[in-house]
Amino acid sequence: MEQRENEITAKVTVPETATGRRPGSQAGPTVFDLDKVSVYYGAFRAVTDVSMTIHENEITAFIGPSGCGKTTVLRSLNRMNDLIPGARVDGKIRYRGAGLYDVQASPTAVRRRIGMVFQKANPFPKSIYDNIAYGPRINGIRGKSRLDEIVETALRQAALWDEVKDRLGKSGLGLSGGQAQRLCIARTLAVEPDVVLMDEPCSALDPIATGRIEDLMQEIKSKFTIVIVTHNMQQATRVSDRTAFFSVLRNEKPGQSDTRTGVLVEYDRTANIFDNPKDERTQAYVTGRMG
Amino acid sequence: MASATARHGRQPGVPDLREPAGWRRGKNQLMTALMVLAFLIVLVPLVLVLYLVIQKGAQAISWQFLTGSIPPNVMPLGFNGSGMGPAVVGTLEITGFAALMAIPLGVLGAVYINEYGGRSVLSKVISFMSDVMTGVPSVVMGLFIYTIWVLHFGYSGLAGSFALACLMLPIVIRSTYEMLRLVPDNLRQGSYALGATKSRVTLTVVLPAAVGGIVSGCLLAVARAAGETAPLLFTILTVETTNTNLFSGANTALSAQIFANATSPYVGAEARAWGAALTLIVIAFVLMIVARIITARFTRYSR
Repeated sequence: MEQRENEITAKVTVPETATGRRPGSQAGPTVFDLDKVSVYYGAFRAVTDVSMTIHENEITAFIGPSGCGKTTVLRSLNRMNDLIPGARVDGKIRYRGAGLYDVQASPTAVRRRIGMVFQKANPFPKSIYDNIAYGPRINGIRGKSRLDEIVETALRQAALWDEVKDRLGKSGLGLSGGQAQRLCIARTLAVEPDVVLMDEPCSALDPIATGRIEDLMQEIKSKFTIVIVTHNMQQATRVSDRTAFFSVLRNEKPGQSDTRTGVLVEYDRTANIFDNPKDERTQAYVTGRMG
Repeated sequence: MASATARHGRQPGVPDLREPAGWRRGKNQLMTALMVLAFLIVLVPLVLVLYLVIQKGAQAISWQFLTGSIPPNVMPLGFNGSGMGPAVVGTLEITGFAALMAIPLGVLGAVYINEYGGRSVLSKVISFMSDVMTGVPSVVMGLFIYTIWVLHFGYSGLAGSFALACLMLPIVIRSTYEMLRLVPDNLRQGSYALGATKSRVTLTVVLPAAVGGIVSGCLLAVARAAGETAPLLFTILTVETTNTNLFSGANTALSAQIFANATSPYVGAEARAWGAALTLIVIAFVLMIVARIITARFTRYSR
C-alpha cells in the first residue's frame, strides 16, 4: 500500500510541473486523492481508472458530455453511490489521508464532513428554519440560541438571510427555484462541512439566480473546498480554479455489444483546459466541436 | 351554425386554432358525456345509502340512544331509557384496541418493506403475504381467531380486537407502503447528504412527508374494521350488556347489534338497527374529521 501511495504522489505532480503553475497560485493541501477509481453499477462500469487530486479552498469543476461519469465520480466522493443498489467503487479514494471506502469508514461520518447540493433543489417539507437546523440537529446540537445563530450564519453565507429573515417559520417549499437552491446550500453549510459537492446546482436556474450562486461560491471558497459538476462551460471558466474534463470511451470490439465507460481525459488549471488543452478531445469539447 | 359564421367571419390570414371538426371533436364530446354519466352513476349508491340511513336512523338517535342499555328486541324504540349504549362502548373499545395493535405494526411493516427491505426475499415475502391477507374473507379471520384463541381463552372483546386487527393489518401495510413510495427520493438523498442515518432519514423526512396519506389509509382500515360483523360473531358472542373489560367476558358491538336487530321481526328492533347504523357512520365521520385536523398540523409545510 505504501508503495502505491508514492506512485500516486509522483503521478499527480507530473502534470502540475508540466503545465506550469500560474505565478502566485500555490496549490493548497490535498483534500481528495483518487487513485485508479472505477465505479460500477452492477456489471456496468460507469467510470474507469480516474486518478486526480482535489485541493483545499479551490473550486474544482467537472465538465464533459452526458454519460461521461462526472456525476458518478462526484457522488463517490461522499459515498452517495452507496445508496444505489449494486453500485461499487474500485480503486482508492483518500480524503485527507483517510481511506473513504475503508471498512471502518462510516458513510454518515463521511457525509457530515462532505456535504452535497443536488441538481434539483430539494428543500424538506418543513419550515425554512427547520430546513437549516436539520443538519445541526442530527449532529446533536440542541438549544434555541445556538440553533438560531447557526441558522442565521448559514443563511447569511448563502446570501438568503435578507430575503427570508421575516418568514423563517414558513414552508421551505414556498421559495422560488433560486431561493430554494440557496436554501439547500445554506442547509449544507449549516453542518459546517469541509467539502461541498455540487451536482449541476444551477442547471434549473435563470442567469440571475445562477449569478447569485456563483458569487456565493466565490465567497465561501475561502472556508470550504468545492467540487462542482456543470454542463455549462462558461460557468466552469467563471468559477473554477481547476477543471477536469471527462469523456465517454467507446469500446466496440467486433462480436461484442457496445460497451462504454467514462474516463478522465484531462485535468488541469481551468485556464489551461480552456485556452491551452493538451488533448484533442478536450480541445474539441471546449471549442464546441463535440458533445 | 355559429361555428360556421365564426369561420366565415374570420379575417383572412388569421389561423383557425379550434379543434378540427369531425370525429376528434365528436369523440371529445362523447367521452366527456360518458365521464359525467359515470360520475353520476357512482353517486347513486353513495347518496342513496346515506339518505336511507339518515332518514331511517335519525329518529332513533338521541343521547339516550347512545348511552342507554339494550332492551329485549320485542320492546319499542326508546323503551324505558333504552338504546345502544353497550354496543357503542363495545365498538369503541374493540376497534380502538385493534387499531392500537394493527396501525403501529402495519406502519412499521411498510417502513421495513419500502425503506429497509429493498429487494430482499423477506421484504418480498411480507409484501406478498400482506396482499394475500387482504383477500382473506373476514369470516375466515373470525374462524381463525376462534380456533387459536377463543377455544382456549373464551369469548372476549380482545378476541374481537385480534380478528379486526388481522383485517386491518394488510390494509395499513399496503396503503402506508404506497404512500412511502411516493416520497421523492431526492428528499431522502438530501437528508443522507447531511450525514443522517437511515433511521433518522425515515423518522424525520420520509414519515413526515407521507403522514397525510398514512393517516388516511389507517382511517380507512379503522372504518372498515368498525363495520365488520362476521369476524365478531365468532369472537365476542354479542351480548346485550355493557362489558368495559376488554380482556375477559363476552362483549358486543354496533355491527353485531345491527345484524341481530335487523334480522328480528320487531319494529322497535328494526328502528334500533337503523339507529346503530347511523351511529357507526357518524363515528367513522368524526374519526375522519379528527384525523384531517391532526394531519393538517403535520403537513402544514407541505405546500
